[in-house]
Amino acid sequence: MQKIVILNGGVGNFSNVQKAVGGIISNEINDIRTADKIILPGVGSFGIVSNNIIPLKDYILEHIDKNKPFLGICLGMQLLFESSEEDEGTGLSYLPGKVVKFKNMKVPHIGWNSVEFSKDSPIFRGIENGSFFYFVHSYYITTEDQYIISYTEYESRGKTYKFTSSVQKENVFGVQFHPEKSGEKGIKLLENFKNL
Amino acid sequence: MLTKRIVAALDIKEGRVVKGVQFENIQDAGDPVQLAKKYEKDGVDEIVFLDITASKEKRNILKNLVEEVAKELFIPFTVGGGLKTVEQMVEIIKCGADKVFINTAAVENPNLIKESSKIIGSSNVVVAIDAKKDVESEKYYVYTHGGSKKTDLEAVEWARKCQDLGAGELLVTSMNTDGVKKGYDLNLTKQIVDAVEIPVIASGGAGEVKDFIDVFQIGADAALAASIFHYGIYTTKDLKIQLKKVGINVRL
Repeated sequence: MQKIVILNGGVGNFSNVQKAVGGIISNEINDIRTADKIILPGVGSFGIVSNNIIPLKDYILEHIDKNKPFLGICLGMQLLFESSEEDEGTGLSYLPGKVVKFKNMKVPHIGWNSVEFSKDSPIFRGIENGSFFYFVHSYYITTEDQYIISYTEYESRGKTYKFTSSVQKENVFGVQFHPEKSGEKGIKLLENFKNL
Repeated sequence: MLTKRIVAALDIKEGRVVKGVQFENIQDAGDPVQLAKKYEKDGVDEIVFLDITASKEKRNILKNLVEEVAKELFIPFTVGGGLKTVEQMVEIIKCGADKVFINTAAVENPNLIKESSKIIGSSNVVVAIDAKKDVESEKYYVYTHGGSKKTDLEAVEWARKCQDLGAGELLVTSMNTDGVKKGYDLNLTKQIVDAVEIPVIASGGAGEVKDFIDVFQIGADAALAASIFHYGIYTTKDLKIQLKKVGINVRL
């Protein structure tokens, strides 16, 4: 049986991620080293998640180097990048790019928004393009086009802003929305990751 | 495109769902986990738990309940009621709530908004504002302690201050309309929506589809209701179909 390790990236409780994919919630180095798949959900601020996760950076990158699947959720996705405008502290710097704040928009961007797939990805299998997922964030990532697998349009105060809502590089995935909070579609996405 | 949210509120007392009218006449309305699951299935966008259990000793009942719900629910849920410190807020998040709201404690110690948003993230800190119109001045004032204590704070000014201190969202309840099912307080909601840049959840008074249309049209980001769902007057799905017909963007 595969071993899925859900890292605790902040102050949250991820029992529903666990309920959807199975596995264990652990930040133990031994668990990380023996994991088949890792999920990093994040609740809190970039600085707090960075403090919790950076000590584990080498082990996480070792996992990724072996081409084993990794999924970052919300702040967990942001942590794949180099830095954030939100706080001091660094990310895993696995992907090139920065985390920046929405400007002149209503922030936080909270609620159910549609996700437009821009590339095929195994985590979207069986999910209709344009499906609604739940978002709650004030920062978003900017990266190179080649890693972007979906966009989301946020309309606020009469303006529409299109931001990157998920990324992929080989077996590493990141989603800005919360699949664990997005009802059936979200569970499907988590199951897709589980079945990789 | 971001949708307007329908939020179901569950008032929790010692582990059970209850519902009052204008903050009084509390009646039993069911089991929280079952009701939350049912509402999720009906298509509600978010669940709010308001703990009206008065005593601190019984706080553990709430924590257990939040843990139980966190395992069962795959939509966001917000928990509040009587939370006084950052530690208590973190505890509730650790039990599995996605967002926490504070009310009286924020008024008594506005710094709590700032401190908590640093730790659990600004997006996850909701300030609940209970307001009532002063008949003479026609201004809305903030009430605390479950609506029993009037303060000198003007609702709109307080809303702006909450935003400046780092609140991610405001849950605005009009005590004039709560539980009466005659529509949201559009006047109060609009004043606050226009004054802040953060999302506003309107609360108090939902009775029919038109009430939701009205409150979304004046700019509320989300609309909260309790009685109409508890007593089966509408399901969220019925409601959303009606909203979609008039061009309001909802998740169906």
